Amino acid sequence: MSAILEVKDLVKKYGDFTAVKGISFAVEEGEIFSLLGPNGAGKTTTLSVLSTLYAATSGEAIIAGHSVTREPMAVRQIIGVVPQELALYEDLSARENLVFWGQMYGLSGQALSKRVDEVLEQIGLRDRAKERVKTYSGGMKRRVNIGIGLLHKPRLLFMDEPTVGIDPQSRRAILDSVKELNRLGMTVLYTTHYMEEAQELSDRVGIIDHGELIALGTQKELTRQVGEMESLILHIDESEDPQPLAEALRGLKEVRQADIGDHAVTLIVPEAEEALAPIVTRANELGVKIRSVDIREPNLEALFLHLTGRALRD
Amino acid sequence: MKKLFLIGLKDLKLAFRDRAALTFTLLAPFLLTLGLGFVTGQFGGSENGIGNIPVVIVNQDEGELGQTLIEVLRSEDLSELVSVTVLDDPAAARRQVDDDLAAAAILIPAGFSQSVIPAEGQTAAGEPVALILYGNPTRPTSVGVVKAILEEFIARLEVGRVGGTVVVTQLLTAGLIQPAQAQAYALAMGQAAAFDEQPVIVLATNVASEAATDFNPLAYIAPGTALMFLMFTVSNGGRTLLTERNQGTLPRLLVSPTTSAQVLGGKIFGTYLTGVAQMLILILTSTLLFRLEWGDPLGVLVLVLAAVFGACGWGLVITALAKRPGQVSIVGSALMLIFGLLGGSFVDLSFMPPWVQAISKITPNAWGLDGFTTLALGGGIGLLLKPILALLAMGGVLFTVSLMLFSRRGMMTG
Repeated sequence: MSAILEVKDLVKKYGDFTAVKGISFAVEEGEIFSLLGPNGAGKTTTLSVLSTLYAATSGEAIIAGHSVTREPMAVRQIIGVVPQELALYEDLSARENLVFWGQMYGLSGQALSKRVDEVLEQIGLRDRAKERVKTYSGGMKRRVNIGIGLLHKPRLLFMDEPTVGIDPQSRRAILDSVKELNRLGMTVLYTTHYMEEAQELSDRVGIIDHGELIALGTQKELTRQVGEMESLILHIDESEDPQPLAEALRGLKEVRQADIGDHAVTLIVPEAEEALAPIVTRANELGVKIRSVDIREPNLEALFLHLTGRALRD
Repeated sequence: MKKLFLIGLKDLKLAFRDRAALTFTLLAPFLLTLGLGFVTGQFGGSENGIGNIPVVIVNQDEGELGQTLIEVLRSEDLSELVSVTVLDDPAAARRQVDDDLAAAAILIPAGFSQSVIPAEGQTAAGEPVALILYGNPTRPTSVGVVKAILEEFIARLEVGRVGGTVVVTQLLTAGLIQPAQAQAYALAMGQAAAFDEQPVIVLATNVASEAATDFNPLAYIAPGTALMFLMFTVSNGGRTLLTERNQGTLPRLLVSPTTSAQVLGGKIFGTYLTGVAQMLILILTSTLLFRLEWGDPLGVLVLVLAAVFGACGWGLVITALAKRPGQVSIVGSALMLIFGLLGGSFVDLSFMPPWVQAISKITPNAWGLDGFTTLALGGGIGLLLKPILALLAMGGVLFTVSLMLFSRRGMMTG
């Protein structure tokens, strides 16, 4: 495989604030590459620069041999963009939206009409194509939002957190469609702050935090960085404050890291079974009632916690 | 260029699907025209749209011309247009106007005839005196009509006076008449000029058209309101640029193979198309429903294109200066009203102080109304050169300023 996207020392500053701090990575043709990171990590800014919306402060990005900064129009022909926010005309129907955006990508006549029909079929909205978008559910709007990005059959598709704020059923449909697009040969650069999505979809993952790429590789390569450690998630009552428990557990020799979540404490431990007894004992000493415990194999969440000392969350 | 048109057409389609905006662009000006029409009595059954303007006249002139003016006002040509009442007391005449019993009072001062026609035995006229028109501010259109009649009368007298003086002097020099006969000759010529064979054409003084017609005040009200609400349309069009930026469609356009110039051009074109469509619909509606004659169709079309261009410039400047869509709406609405006032949409500019008339030149309303009034009075496209050039220049300057502001603020880079 050859790289369809190469990013070298990319920096993007807004005044004194540096949103992207010299990241470098490559995306191979035909793969799904995820940029995983919490909100505000620099994912959207990175995509905005790569999609030619913003100029990079320094560094370079090459897409299929074209410089993002010097040949933006050539790059725009190659890429498709699915923005995080819905970017649709709500007073137009799905078909009218697709026709308009197809025209912006240079499609016309029979080719445009045929392609619009194909995309409507693909996103499952053929029956309601003539209805105005404002009458659609959130999930349906998301599907139109994605459909627009597919109209010109881009070689490289940028998807910026396409599942934010939608119901589980629509989310499932979107994840399946991403895998289907990839199966048909489309390269996908996918950003998310959901560890499960990155794990399910990605051939390779780049973990980004505070504008820096802190880890990059296949999931196996990445989880290997955590070693043989496991994750323990302690669920506590809603009335309990997880902070004192996390602080207390950090003092145990069986616990490598501890971080708080929503009514939960996430721990990185070398051996879950051995660690469980002292953990429960310490919780009892503090008077905190543990409702349930999840034991998980090493994953990207654990890696993020391992690398940053913080959990991946909204 | 194709994408520019496509973006413009998309905006036109969206504009006509926005019910709230349609209320302002079409329904409101239509209703306002209808309302003003009723208020000014234009839907009271008069075929010509205006008639029986109550005018009181006080004649203190001892000569013939004062009486001639009364006869002109009572002539068959003006019998349906003005209803003349003669009074003796100037104060009583003014009171009639103050009490809204009359649209205007005409005060003919003593010595009026002598200021025009030489006294017996003399070859030169006396000191000039002024006719006084006392107008009712609540009836600007009617006052405008009366003013125009007086201006026409004075213009013809002036022609007769100058021509008569020359002729009488030549007759005296040649010994063909005696000095005692000079006044009678001059008077005969003055009256002949006042009762010219041509019909007395009211409000035709700035048209100078042979095809001048009676003036229907709706021909002032309708374009006045249409131009005022055009300002709403163009500011609303500009607002959509900021709205698209916020809703993400502008950034999406900018990452498609479409240049920022095409996107901005398309947005401007869309606003322009919407403005033109609004004006043409209002013109068509008023023509069909109010039987309003706008004048030369080609002239109307060209003037509409120019007026919308000038107004679009303002809409774009507001957009370029605003940070949020709401700001454009607020400033746009304010500008709509201010320009409506300054530009003569509410009150005939001729009744405004000179400084207001001077400021009005910055508004597309004033130039547009100038052109539409000219057309309604029978003027052709040839007489529209000044307003059209002014509107195009206004649009050109404002577009340039806007583009500089857009560029400085980086508004087309997402």
